[in-house]
Amino acid sequence: MKGRARHLILGGLVTLVLIAVVAWFSAAPQWRSLPEQTALLRLSFTHGGDRSAACRDRTEEELAALPKNMRARQICDRRRPPIFVELEVDGATVFAAERDPSGLAGSGPSRVYERLLLPAGPHDLTVRMRDRPDTEGFDYEATRRVELAPAQSFVIDFRPAEGGFVFH
Amino acid sequence: MSLRATLRRGLDRAERGLDPLFGPDWNPLANLGPLGWFLFWIVAATGVYLFIFFDTGVVDAYASVEWLSNDHWFHAGVARSLHRYASDLMVVVMLLHLAREFVYDRYRGKRWFSWVTGVPIVWFVYMSGITGYWLVWDQLAQYVAQTSTELLDALPIFAEPIARNFLTPESLSSRFFTLLVFLHIAIPLILLLAMWIHIQRISLARTKPPRGLAAITLGALVLVSLLLPASSQGPADLATVPAVVGLDWFLLGLYPVIDMVPPGVIWTGALLFTLVLIGLPWAPPRAEAPAAKVFLDHCNGCSRCVADCPYGAITLVRRSDGAPFLHEVEVDAGRCVACGICMGSCPSSTPFRRSGDLITGIDLPERSLAALRAEVIEAAAQLTGTGRVLTIACGFGAGGAPAPGRVVLPCVAMAPPSLFDFILSRGLADGVAIAGCAERDCQNRLGRSWTLQRIARERDPFLRNRVPRPRLLTVWAGPSEVARLEAETAGFAEALAAMGPYADQRPLDPAEARGAAAATTARAEQIVEAAK
Repeated sequence: MKGRARHLILGGLVTLVLIAVVAWFSAAPQWRSLPEQTALLRLSFTHGGDRSAACRDRTEEELAALPKNMRARQICDRRRPPIFVELEVDGATVFAAERDPSGLAGSGPSRVYERLLLPAGPHDLTVRMRDRPDTEGFDYEATRRVELAPAQSFVIDFRPAEGGFVFH
Repeated sequence: MSLRATLRRGLDRAERGLDPLFGPDWNPLANLGPLGWFLFWIVAATGVYLFIFFDTGVVDAYASVEWLSNDHWFHAGVARSLHRYASDLMVVVMLLHLAREFVYDRYRGKRWFSWVTGVPIVWFVYMSGITGYWLVWDQLAQYVAQTSTELLDALPIFAEPIARNFLTPESLSSRFFTLLVFLHIAIPLILLLAMWIHIQRISLARTKPPRGLAAITLGALVLVSLLLPASSQGPADLATVPAVVGLDWFLLGLYPVIDMVPPGVIWTGALLFTLVLIGLPWAPPRAEAPAAKVFLDHCNGCSRCVADCPYGAITLVRRSDGAPFLHEVEVDAGRCVACGICMGSCPSSTPFRRSGDLITGIDLPERSLAALRAEVIEAAAQLTGTGRVLTIACGFGAGGAPAPGRVVLPCVAMAPPSLFDFILSRGLADGVAIAGCAERDCQNRLGRSWTLQRIARERDPFLRNRVPRPRLLTVWAGPSEVARLEAETAGFAEALAAMGPYADQRPLDPAEARGAAAATTARAEQIVEAAK
């Protein structure tokens, strides 16, 4: 076996072995991203704090100083207030945080995306949110008893049009 | 021995081990750049083919991939496997290329551009692969999509978390999925642009591997695609978590780390890694000899140096000194690595000149042609007995260390063919050994090719016909092959002894030798002064 034929065969065999190894490592060994007998709970939503709490009526003098086409009675801050979110699992608070509005001017919604690993089985979930700074307590609250299966993905969302918190 | 020198010898030893299997010119480790290009085109071609059969809607994407993998395994399924395995191999080739250029010290000094422009390529290759895995929309795709978007959401640039698109089966729209398809087309196109920029500061860039190596690689890829076809991992289901996935450890190897480490640490690590890579050429910068200098009195603008420069550092410009020639050459000092190949290509570089200073059209300020002639005469004086061999060696090959009867150059192509003629016809040695870098591994890219073509009388400046070819030996050996170089040189010396002395000698007389040495010293000082 001489010259190029030798290189084609020997080089081909080496390349074949290399690519077979590459092919094997392209799908193995497996990776476990979630422990066994565990479910994933995600609390995720975007919601803008209610700006109306910080609104006030302009005085007559202030209105008179404005051009006629700009004399809106009420004046509100552009920046939204932060929201406060709390999540209880089986009576224990596992998440409680104030979330500032997004955007450079703070005029965007606040964002919440939290992951929580829970053992599979029954759990009592309570989620609360305050979106007005002048509220005592919370503006929204929901409670649900859930039975989580292993590797289940459970989501708590918030949709004001549907009355508040939504459990998936 | 420094760490880099040790690594260099180790890598050279590994590469030379592959020479008998592939042949030096097909050695894959010496063709990593061209192989990267070749694999890119395989991935691009198979990607275009797969797109014909792929359904871009989120509901039907998985089904279409299953259909092409199972019902049409013999063409589309093979294309899918080729697409995946060529992508993975491209990662391997890219990382080896990066490590090899680092070990061989080809990333610092004037060669910083190719290194720095290579850094974004690393990330674009990964981004291309990651977005590709999303499209299969199997459980691995779901894991990759959710992990990637959660990582992206850690950056305060998105008003709405992107990961919310993957919360529930209802939250993922086909429209968003089509955006992912667009990303998987756009990012590889940007990658191609980055690859093109990467090779802009070198001339005659090799973007195609030798045909034999290409055939071996493609053949092995097709065979493995038939034997171990790529498969999906069950359809994605956003109501569950893909707890166990078979990872592609080449493209997705960092995902377990992303799972375990906070996103801020990942982003900081990625940023630091990128900055360190980009900063390596200056940590510390390489001390390089001053750039080549043009002497217009001896330059007629023939453009041979323009054609031979491996770094595109020399350009032809309009004549500026009133001499009756259209052009002159200009050296870009920012690109010139002072390899001396231009000096070897200049027809004015003839060591035979006896009147006046030995000046050539393009010279190295710190290693002029005059100095080179003096070094050769001095080295020849160390040779005794019969079968005297004067070695012109590359500083990066097996002959890089100083030795009696040896002149070490930045590149063997720095020596003009007339220098070999000079050595033999002046009786300085009975033969000349040209000891360059390992085949297909020239430190200055094209030095070996130009040397071979010049002495084969195929490339200007030609070796004169009167020079007997049997008195020239070429040895292409890496730093780990010192013993081979010594053995071949010893065998050559024996052959020369059997041939007897060169018949057409006109020996260097003592006055000529003294004059050459004096001229050398004076001229070298003059050139160094001019460079300042």
